[in-house]
Amino acid sequence: MGILDKHKAIETNATLLLILSFFVVTIGGLVQIVPLFYLDNTIEKVEGVRPYSPLELAGRDIYIREGCYVCHSQMIRPMRDEVERYGHYSLAAESMYDHPFQWGSKRTGPDLARVGGRYSDEWHVDHLRDPQSVVPESVMPKYGFLERTLIEGEYIQDLLETHQLVGVPYTDEMIKQARADFVAQVDPDSDYDGLLERYSGAQVRNFDGKPGISEADALIAYLQILGTMVDFSTFQPDASR
Amino acid sequence: MSKKNNKTDVPTTGHSWDGIEEFDNPMPRWWLWTFYACIVWAIGYTIAFPAWPLLRQATPGVLGYATRAEVQKDIETVELANATINETLSTVALADISADADLRAYATNKGAAVFRTWCAQCHGSGAAGVQANGYPNLLDNDWLWGGSIEDIHTSISHGIRNTQDQDTRFSEMPAFADILEPNDINAVVNYVMSLSGDAKDATQIDYGATVFLDNCSACHAEDGSGDRNQGAPNLTDAIWLYGSGYDNILAQVTQARNGVMPNWNTRLDEAEIRAVATYVHSLGGGEASK
Repeated sequence: MGILDKHKAIETNATLLLILSFFVVTIGGLVQIVPLFYLDNTIEKVEGVRPYSPLELAGRDIYIREGCYVCHSQMIRPMRDEVERYGHYSLAAESMYDHPFQWGSKRTGPDLARVGGRYSDEWHVDHLRDPQSVVPESVMPKYGFLERTLIEGEYIQDLLETHQLVGVPYTDEMIKQARADFVAQVDPDSDYDGLLERYSGAQVRNFDGKPGISEADALIAYLQILGTMVDFSTFQPDASR
Repeated sequence: MSKKNNKTDVPTTGHSWDGIEEFDNPMPRWWLWTFYACIVWAIGYTIAFPAWPLLRQATPGVLGYATRAEVQKDIETVELANATINETLSTVALADISADADLRAYATNKGAAVFRTWCAQCHGSGAAGVQANGYPNLLDNDWLWGGSIEDIHTSISHGIRNTQDQDTRFSEMPAFADILEPNDINAVVNYVMSLSGDAKDATQIDYGATVFLDNCSACHAEDGSGDRNQGAPNLTDAIWLYGSGYDNILAQVTQARNGVMPNWNTRLDEAEIRAVATYVHSLGGGEASK
């Protein structure tokens, strides 16, 4: 019983117990977390995923501010019923520029991982203003104030810089042009070639159909890009994952 | 009292507080064996299923389990079960789907499921649309782009006025606020109202008719019966996409709203599109193929 007698020394010394407990928990954490950063079969290279454009990123902030994630998940699980209802199951790479990710596990409303392009902008405006006007069964609250709240985008550059800080590959040019891109994306008459070059597939429209850049513009721009970046007609999933 | 329960036979832990000692009874044997069995099971589990992180990837597990393969298998099982009838559904002439009772029943049921998943959010779970708000009612006889199954199939496949599909149905009613004077607009709204009922101001009808002929008849036809090639609504049937009455019609003439529908050919396969076309066609107002 030699080793068990030595254990008594730990039990009777609170500081030693604390240090050694911390050591054991650290090993557990390292084993569980660290492999996710280097293992090939957790990080899948997928073509098409790009950082959010300034307007989409602003919309994402509104999504988080309004707590949309409390009722809506953004992860289609690999199960047949989910794939039939929402589309191709989500890939890890599709949320690699999300800080924090919006996967969630609570669905009062439907999953939104592939809501992009599923409805028209007009529908989103009607639905945010009064969800029951288009979906009578819905229990979603009204967000009509979003289309009445105009935003200037004065902090959009800081927002991109913050995301760059945590690892999103925004280039210096993207950050320099952030404010211009933010404005250009809601104005189809503007010169938005640079925006499209920096953010391929970005949709340039007056999303809420009203003059000015409203919070609804940003939110709808974000919703309309969700799940549309990967082209699943060419994507070949590695079945062993 | 049996001998086993004699307290003096059980050793104590050696701890003593104010003369109170603690018996060192062994764990119940059943509990210990269950505990050991769980450890053995856990080791076996990590061998059978993906588990341990190694240098480049985690151990795949000897059973070869993968969630993606699993869902693929589930989907294929269902696809295989319906393969024959889906093949027929996607290849027969659209007009012949209803001729075969089995095919029609399958397509209608499948289409109803597709409709509830993908279409109900705009067109309503009962397909009545959203009245006066631009989401068309699919139950009536009034069709913007045509009510034959071929027309419905095209509308669903390519959508309306979207930016994603080159072949989308497209037309755009201009904002007449930029084109006509307010009194012209007032007159033409009264004329349009008179086509299916009473005008707000009957004295404007005659002048409105000339404004209509000059500005509106190219799309809505001279008699106001519309043109399905351009999705221009029939103005004589008292069915209003954006609401009836002077104010609603005035709003639409002044600053037209043009509804958008996504193209579904990238999200649904041909059998699903044909099924939901059959379902919508069967709801009421479906027209014979030309």
